[in-house]
Formats: sequence, structure tokens, C-alpha cells
Amino acid sequence: MSAQTAEHGTMTLKLIVWRQAGPGKQGRFETYTAKNITPHHSFLEMLDVVNEELILEGKEPIAFDHDCREGICGMCSQVVNGVPHGGQERTTVCQLHMRKFKDGDTIYIEPWRARAFPILKDLVVDRGALDKLIQEGGYISARTGGVPDANATPISKADADYSMDAAECIGCGACVAACPNGAAMLFTGAKVAQLASLPQGQVEAPVRVADMIQAMQECGFGNCSNHYECQAACPKGIDVKFIARLNREFLKALFKSKAGSHVFAGE
Amino acid sequence: MRFTTNSIGRKILMAVSGLFMVLFVIVHLLGNSSIFAGPDGINAYAEKLHGLGPFVWASRLFMLAMLGIHVLFGILVTLDNWSAKPDRYKVKKMLKASFASETMIWTGALLLAFIVYHLLQFTFRVTPDVVLGNDAKGRFDVFSMVAASFRFTPIVLIYVAAMVTLFLHLSHGIQSLFQSIGWNNDKTLPTYTRLGKVLAVVFLLGYSAIPVLLLSGILTK
Ligand code: HEM
Ligand code: FES
Repeated sequence: MSAQTAEHGTMTLKLIVWRQAGPGKQGRFETYTAKNITPHHSFLEMLDVVNEELILEGKEPIAFDHDCREGICGMCSQVVNGVPHGGQERTTVCQLHMRKFKDGDTIYIEPWRARAFPILKDLVVDRGALDKLIQEGGYISARTGGVPDANATPISKADADYSMDAAECIGCGACVAACPNGAAMLFTGAKVAQLASLPQGQVEAPVRVADMIQAMQECGFGNCSNHYECQAACPKGIDVKFIARLNREFLKALFKSKAGSHVFAGE
Repeated sequence: MRFTTNSIGRKILMAVSGLFMVLFVIVHLLGNSSIFAGPDGINAYAEKLHGLGPFVWASRLFMLAMLGIHVLFGILVTLDNWSAKPDRYKVKKMLKASFASETMIWTGALLLAFIVYHLLQFTFRVTPDVVLGNDAKGRFDVFSMVAASFRFTPIVLIYVAAMVTLFLHLSHGIQSLFQSIGWNNDKTLPTYTRLGKVLAVVFLLGYSAIPVLLLSGILTK
């Protein structure tokens, strides 16, 4: 059969997928056969094909998150064969294509797993904790004016590039999923570095870092062991230098007396 | 939120205490290498060191505090990390983490056990293998004490195994401490990683050489 399918340019794959009916429910792995998969299918389209068949059979389709399907929104979130987003460098799972797989392959598909990301259903997890981090400090209060005012505050090319590199984060949470400690240091580091390196981000800088660190802990994220799994799994290649920057900004905040007392008192 | 309950504050405390312990390991190796100059080398070194009196005790207390801080937060941070990942993946492929980085708490625990044993043996001198005596110049004979203990193959094996453990702990730990205190960026990380590995190898070879050379009879009076 596999010779025949190869001739037709399609693949048959064995999927071992995490199924969980709802939050806090007992989950389990189920095995499915994905048939008629072409190398041009994206990974999510492959799941669409499987789901159509499940629906025809009157079964519950596999729930998974997705939106843009072009690698920019950060909605898709699956651990494929042990790597968040499937292990193709700087690629979201929606942009992972089936040409990366061979006919007859077995593929394990699991949700992001971390204390801070409770499973809602199957492969869908609640990433609201990342929103909470943004609410705590991922904003500025400085008035930046309209488009013509963009150059009113000079920013060096180096600072602008640095900030833009940090801003590349699409907030998918692969860093948390990859981290053996379920830590959100790369996400938080990227936000803190992005804003701390611009003049507009200075007003809240010390308070931001204190509040975001506290929120990380309240949301149940772990601590950084500097394994650097996060950067390796990040579809945007966000650099762990932003974690070092976060640690530095924390120390800087301590030495600003008012913010320092904020850090110590946790107001 | 206080420094000691802050996720990053705790890691900075671990990094700073780790840094002082690494500095101690460097100084201790330099001091111990006086044994390669024979009994006169190390016995004179030990006498000079103990002659410093209160300074020696202040340093010992300081190192004890560093160890205490490091172990306390090492355990607290690790327990929190375990509970932050309650459900493990069925299949997990590590892309960057190493055996050394994933076993820090275990290599740390082994190091703690070794430190206790090592202090009982050569600082408090209460283990059964220890031979006490003075040399011809009336100084405490450190060389003969150490040489007597390292005649026993199992003791030499314990020391070499402990140094392999230290090698693992520091081959991840040294670069990690620079990252934790924020003294790092994408240009310096490869340099610190190399520095950490080189130092870890130097410690492994340098410290292991003493018991191995004494046991094999290459290093004698
Ligand atoms: C004695 C028992 C020890 C224990 C229980 C211990 C435990 C640990 C643990 C669990 C970590 C990783 C923390 C994390 O990032 O999650 C760590 C890091 C580290 N340890 Fe130890 N350790 C011990 C001894 C030592 C010694 C003797 C040294 C130095 C000679 C040392 C140097 C370091 C350094 C430099 C780090 C990196 C700190 C950082 O990531 O910022 N440790 N230790
Ligand atoms: S669905 Fe938008 S990034 Fe994958």
C-alpha cells in the first residue's frame, strides 16, 4: 500500500494525539491514521483532513488552536515529536509542512504542558497567563503622538534594532512549553528589553520589571535554570540575551530607591 | 515581594554564592598544588595559612554562609521548578539542555555530601584513615596525612568521582552564573560557555591529580 500511495504522492501517517474532554478531565493518547496527506499540506491542514474524517464518522474532532496560519499570530501551539512547533528552525507549526515527514511516520502530538497553561481541550491550552503579564507591565504611558511624531524622539539604529528583535515575539508560549521548568523568562525578558531599550519605556521601567516578575510567580511559571531550551524552540528565534537584560533590569530597579522599595515591598 | 522570595532575586543569590565558591575552588587548587613541591611545600603552606588566625576563621564562616545560601535556594528553586511542570511530555526532545544542566540538583547534592566528608577527613581529621603527626621541622605534617589516606584505592575513587561531579556542576554552572546576574549578552555567552568548560576541566584534572599521583606512587616524599 505504501508503494501505491507514494506513487500517488500521498502519505499515510500514524498520529498519537493527546485527547482531553475538558479542563481538569483525565486525558489520554489516542491513535489515528492520517490518509491522503500530500507533501504540500501544512501540519494543521493534515489535522483538518483527519478531523473531516472524524466528523464523517460521527466522532469528536481534535481541538487545536490556530488563526492566521501564516506564522505571525502565535495562536498555533502543538508539541510535535517532543518539540514545540515541531522542531523546524524558526517555524510555527502552522508553517511546518508535511514534506518534512515520510510515508509511514509515527507522530506524537501533545499540548503545551506547564502549570501556568491549563489544558482546556485536547491540544488547546489557556495562555491567559501571558496576557496577565502584559497587563502588569507590557505597556507604556508616555504619549508618543501620531505618525509624523515618530522621529521627534531620536533613537539610535542599534537601539531600534535591539528593540525590534525583542518585539518579534508573537506570544505563542513555545518558550514556556519547551522550558523544563515551565518558566516565562524569555517572553517576559523580551517585553522588558523591548520597552527598556526605548526612551518611551523609561517611565515605568523599574516598576514594570518588579510587577512582571511578581506576576510570573503568581501565574505559576517556574524559574530560569539557563537551559536555553526556550530560544531553541522559539519560532522567532528570540535570544536569551533578553533574559540577561531582564535580570539586569531587576538589579537596576533595586538601586532606584523608590522602585527598590516597590520591588522589596511588592506594592 | 522580597529579594529572597523573588524568582530572579533567588537566582542572583545562587549565582553570587556560586561565584564565591568557584573563586574558592580556584584558590584551593592553587594552594593544594604546593603538594607538588613535596612535604616542605604543602606543610609550609598549611602552617602559613593557619598562622593567619582570625582571617582563616572569617573566611571559613563566609564560605559556610555561601554554601548555606546556595544549597537553600538551590533546593527551593528546584522544588518550585518541578511543581511548575506537573505533567511531563510523553515524548520530549531536548534541543539545548545538557546532562549537566538537567542534573544540577543531583550533582549539587553529591557535592554537599562530598564537602561534609572532605571536611571530616582533612579539616576535623576524625575519619579512621587519618594519620596525624609532625614533620622534622615540628610543623603539622599535612603531606603524610594526605599521602596516608590516599594509599586506599576506594578513597581515591571517591575523590575522583567527586571531581567528575564538580566538573558536571560547573560545566553548566559557570556560564549560568553570568547569565543569572545579567552580566551577559549574545556576544559574551559563547565566551563564558567556553571559559566554564575550560575551568571545569582544569579543576577535574588538577584536583584528581593529587590523589591519583599519590596512590600510584609517582608523587612521594
Ligand atoms: C553543595 C551542594 C550544592 C548544591 C545542592 C547545589 C545546587 C545547585 C543547583 C540546584 C543549581 C541550579 C539552580 C538552577 O538554576 O535551577 C546550582 C547552580 C550553580 N552552582 Fe551549585 N550546588 C552545590 C554546590 C556548588 C558548589 C560547590 C559550587 C562551586 C564550586 C557551585 C556552583 C554553582 C554555580 C556557579 C551555579 C550556577 C548559578 C546560576 O545558575 O546562576 N555549586 N547549584
Ligand atoms: S496560526 Fe498564526 S502563527 Fe500559527
